[in-house]
Amino acid sequence: MLDFLHANLSYILSGISVGGQYALIAIGYTMVYGILRLINFAHGDVFMCAGLMMVYLSTVLPVTVAIPLVLVMTVMLGFLIERAAYKPLRTAPRMSVMISAIGISYLLQNAALYFTGGLAKVYPAIPWLSQTVTIWGSTTKMVTVVTPILTIVLVVLLTLLIKYTKVGMAMRAVSKDFETSRLMGIRINTVISVTFVIGSFLAAVGSMLYFTNYASVTPVSGSMPGLKCFVAAVFGGIGSIPGAVIGAFIIGIAENVIKGGTSIFGFGGSGWTTFSDAFTFALLIIILVVKPTGLFGEKATDKA
Amino acid sequence: MKKKNKTELWLAFVAIALIYVVVAVLEQTVDSNHIIFTVLKKGAIYSLVAVSMNLLNGFTGLFSLGQAGFMLIGAYTYSIFTMPTAVKVTESVYKYYEAAIKFDTGIFVGLVCAGLAAALFAALIGLPVLRLKSDYLAIATIGFAEIIRAIFQWDVLGPITNGANVMRNYLDLTDVKIPFTDIPFPPTLYVFLASGVCIGLIVLLINSSYGRAFKAIRDDEIAAEAMGINLLKHKEMSFVISSFFAGVSGALLAMYQYTVQAAQFKSAMTYEILLIVVIGGIGSVSGSCIASFLYIAASEWWLRGLDMGKFLGIEAPNLFRSGFRRFVFSIIIMAIVLFFSKGLMGDREISFAGLARRLSRRTKPVKAAKGGGIDG
Repeated sequence: MLDFLHANLSYILSGISVGGQYALIAIGYTMVYGILRLINFAHGDVFMCAGLMMVYLSTVLPVTVAIPLVLVMTVMLGFLIERAAYKPLRTAPRMSVMISAIGISYLLQNAALYFTGGLAKVYPAIPWLSQTVTIWGSTTKMVTVVTPILTIVLVVLLTLLIKYTKVGMAMRAVSKDFETSRLMGIRINTVISVTFVIGSFLAAVGSMLYFTNYASVTPVSGSMPGLKCFVAAVFGGIGSIPGAVIGAFIIGIAENVIKGGTSIFGFGGSGWTTFSDAFTFALLIIILVVKPTGLFGEKATDKA
Repeated sequence: MKKKNKTELWLAFVAIALIYVVVAVLEQTVDSNHIIFTVLKKGAIYSLVAVSMNLLNGFTGLFSLGQAGFMLIGAYTYSIFTMPTAVKVTESVYKYYEAAIKFDTGIFVGLVCAGLAAALFAALIGLPVLRLKSDYLAIATIGFAEIIRAIFQWDVLGPITNGANVMRNYLDLTDVKIPFTDIPFPPTLYVFLASGVCIGLIVLLINSSYGRAFKAIRDDEIAAEAMGINLLKHKEMSFVISSFFAGVSGALLAMYQYTVQAAQFKSAMTYEILLIVVIGGIGSVSGSCIASFLYIAASEWWLRGLDMGKFLGIEAPNLFRSGFRRFVFSIIIMAIVLFFSKGLMGDREISFAGLARRLSRRTKPVKAAKGGGIDG
């Protein structure tokens, strides 16, 4: 065990960091699913757009101005997507809303493709985050250390918001029963908008941390993290925020260990890298078959 | 009523025959490098995969997004099976690996095997996956498609799949011969024939008692079960058959492209097919076919100017630069999804009686009769 830890320390460290970034995105999925029962396929692309906004804004503005501006603009984007693509379909079957989400994802990717010309854009170095530090003999960027801490702080804040504020209470009510909460006088549309605003905000924060690590943004760089974060949300039990965070950390760490692993189960070769993505989905299928409600999910009848 | 159906059927046959004649004539008269052949070939291939997806999503009500994965299995199976052994033993394709499969088959066997391989895999994953519902099924099938892609790129399987490298030099559309002769078969006609036969089989299935069971499951699972329909059996059947045809279409795509690589079959491809199905109308075979031809024609041909700096005579190289076409295209698709959620055809089929009635009395909205779809 210790040997394994020692050999894989740098992978585990970066896994924790990636896990934190996934957690921030996964919260967006889990909250939207909890309320609308919708897999927001566009969420990963909102995350990508936040990355691109940062790339473009930082060329004209100092980073200290660009960061809050990116946060605001991403929140606006999330809000607009909800109003334009999901609100008109509120009474439509779930399949149509999901198709609309896929359409928005396609639109955002193609828009990004057009504006970037299909080239990978270099993500600007955020001064303090991209410094290198040495922990227990392995060197990483500052962002690796900051991410888990920031994630936990944000998650605690979010949990407090959901537990103790009026809007948080409304969110819990809507996710329990959409129709009844509407009858009780809760403004459904406001609650849903707030959900999207929070989700997009966290995705924007996540994108800053994620792309500082990966250094370049392409039009499709949101789709794979997006799917993985959804898996993380399902793994932890969809609708549950701590579940999503724990799921994201597990996926982040496992993925990085697989990427770094030279030989697993006696099979050698560099081929395991291709499985770092597939592993996530294997995990998804196992959890769906064995325990469809996820680790911390509530009991529900309409899932499996 | 019965007589009416019969004329309807005859008209449909005539229309289909006419399409084939037009394709055959076009192929003999127009220069074979014309863009229309790209549109026709790709459109026919996409029709097949769109119809196969429609069988699942539109007729059985299973929201599955694994189509790209099954196409990948089909494409690879086909290329592995039909690559001549002489090519396999040299280094021209399997550069880093020793090819493990030391035989080759003809095109027809290759196509069938491609379908069978995809169907076999579908049968394996169907049992656990089909217990899931709506969006969970969707995400699980996306997951399986990604896993398939990873497996085909795995270097341990390199001797079979050539790792992440390109597969080529297998039998493609130019290698199709008219039986018992050495005369090349017209390629566009071949694609039309192959996907036409497959779509015909799917239409027959939909109109059979199994098809009615699928529709019953789509409309109300509980009621269907109460009527004595075995849910899991029928879902599995629909899933396996749909995957079979997705596999065949993958093989046709491989034939058309000359090269094939696992990296191409991403989930974006499934989304594209899903959008075609939506444009055509979920639950309409003829709608899916028309939509795939429109989709391919628009993206490969009509809207091409948007990428090239000149569109409809307007020259604006700064606005109409690379990627603008797809941007405009996705806006159109979003408009369809939001405002015309029924698509072109809704869940109806093209019918000549309905068409004639609509033409003669445009004032009264008439309900088009079902039956006799046109396939492409």
